[in-house]
Amino acid sequence: MEIVLSSGIGIFAASGLWLILRPRTFQVIMGLSLLSYAVNLFIFATGRLKLDAAPILDTGKAIDPAAYTDPVPQSLVLTAIVIGFATTALFLVILLALRGLSGSDHVNGREPY
Amino acid sequence: MIAVFLHHIMVLPVILPLITGALLLFIREHSRRLKSALALVSTGFVVLIAAILIYRAQELAPQADVYNLGNWAAPFAIVFVLDRLSAVFLLMSVLTAFCALIYVTAHWDRLGAHFYSLSQFFLAGINGVFLTGDIFNLFVFFEVMLAASYALLMHGSGLARVRAGAHYVTVNLVASSCFLLGAACIYGGSGTLNMADLASRLALLPEDTVLICQIGMGFLGIAFLIKVGMWPLCFWVPATYSAAAAPVGALFSITGKVGFYVILRLSLLLLENDTTGLHAALCQILFYGGLITLIVGFTGVLASQNLSRLSANSVLASTGIVLAAMGLDHPALTAITVYYILSSTFALAAFFLLIEPVERNQDIAANVLAVTMEVYGEDEEEEEDEIGFYIPATAAILGACFTLCAILLIGMPPLSGFIAKFMMITGLFWPQGPARAYILPDIQSWLFIIFLVLAGFAQLIAMTRSGIRLFWASLDTYMPKVQISEIIPIAVLLTFCFTISLAAEPVMRYLDSMAAEIYVPANYIHSVLGGAINKGE
Repeated sequence: MEIVLSSGIGIFAASGLWLILRPRTFQVIMGLSLLSYAVNLFIFATGRLKLDAAPILDTGKAIDPAAYTDPVPQSLVLTAIVIGFATTALFLVILLALRGLSGSDHVNGREPY
Repeated sequence: MIAVFLHHIMVLPVILPLITGALLLFIREHSRRLKSALALVSTGFVVLIAAILIYRAQELAPQADVYNLGNWAAPFAIVFVLDRLSAVFLLMSVLTAFCALIYVTAHWDRLGAHFYSLSQFFLAGINGVFLTGDIFNLFVFFEVMLAASYALLMHGSGLARVRAGAHYVTVNLVASSCFLLGAACIYGGSGTLNMADLASRLALLPEDTVLICQIGMGFLGIAFLIKVGMWPLCFWVPATYSAAAAPVGALFSITGKVGFYVILRLSLLLLENDTTGLHAALCQILFYGGLITLIVGFTGVLASQNLSRLSANSVLASTGIVLAAMGLDHPALTAITVYYILSSTFALAAFFLLIEPVERNQDIAANVLAVTMEVYGEDEEEEEDEIGFYIPATAAILGACFTLCAILLIGMPPLSGFIAKFMMITGLFWPQGPARAYILPDIQSWLFIIFLVLAGFAQLIAMTRSGIRLFWASLDTYMPKVQISEIIPIAVLLTFCFTISLAAEPVMRYLDSMAAEIYVPANYIHSVLGGAINKGE
């Protein structure tokens, strides 16, 4: 499980970085989204992974905190997702404005010669 | 009673702008007078509170005032922490923001929608960064500030602004990812995000976990240095600052200082008792990075064709000076660095505000402005807003302001820019104070002194050149018209510089004791975790 998650994060981050360095605005925004997925998964993983265990508390018995993952990163990642989503939406609007004003979808607002 | 009151006003610098900003959204865009009045009253209140907090922080020192949000005990929930470092930065930024807001009332608020709401949210974010004692909360306030700044940068629209905005947003989204990675590493390693708790736990952690935390700090460092604009992370700075509208440029001159604050706060809190060599490495990075930023900055100043470029590169030069001085890592120098930050922030903000009126009758600037006015179809109601009589002899007034800004930025006597640079150099020769024998500084200090002086010289050449080009032109081509609400904020900002020049001794006494305090992390840790010392009861 660890190897699946960590390689998933790695692939997301690598493809995100590659796309951010591309010249078209659509590629950049996809790259930023992929990078933020990688970051969010990474935050999620800092709460440690737990396999083959029930995700809910069993109220009948005394609760052992060690049997569950740390819930704090899950709440952190929620905040991070919300903020990331909002800023990505804002960024999309800016890129549309750039496309409208410059007539080109190059990140510099003009086609390279 | 009064103590409880003083304790509780600490949250107002965050809450008041948030509420005002939200309220302003409900007022129609046409009632600009009402909107600007509300925004100014709210910001004025925050200035007042920040001034009170300066005294409050001094009174409680060396303890910090700790505010438990929701009354949860410190390590488990978010706290606000006020000490002299945060109080100084808080007052500086709200004063600058207040001046920028006065300036906006001239005509800038009609270039786009919701300027006042955005500026209030921006202010809430900045004040939150200065007050919070929690790393993840720091991230949230950073994002509040940045989200507002994205929209502010594009205030007035136009291709240049949107293009600079797209780059600025991309860079900052990547920086935010770095910030999150860093925060996650720190939480994964230490199990806490409370700064004080983290500082006290670091020494107790096993070695491999400390390594994870340090990787996290590295990520945080990259994020903050992007925001500060240290070479090689600074290429967004000139384009962004020179594209921004004048009052937005003044507001942006605060954002870099947010990075300085966080670097000072976290490096002194987390790394002061560090034995792994990370602190030494950070100092080297800051010093050489700062030096290169300074070189890039003053080369850019010399190469600048117009005033907006010149001011943007001056930001880089002053950033370089501050970072290099931080890299030398000396308590006395830290106090002087904060003094320099005060002086350069006010001077740069005044300069940003001054550029547009000065260049108004020059073709390019006037054209850009005319185009943006057209885009927003503001022509029809132009007449009623010609309030504010035109000042006679405006060229003389603008020229005087320009000269004062130049003196401040170059660091010529007698103003605060000179005092700061002079103190930096004497501080390196007489680290124990002028009464003791002097020591010969090491190589790093010599490099710093040489480039500090060179940067001043480059600034002198560039400012003289553009001053001659602008003000010694023949009068029939150069007749600037300026509204009084544009001159007042510039004059006020310059007055702040006068004040800290005249009152250099009390200001430095305050900053010296502040530096001595933040170099002992135990003060901060004990205030936050030590129980109900300053609950005001």
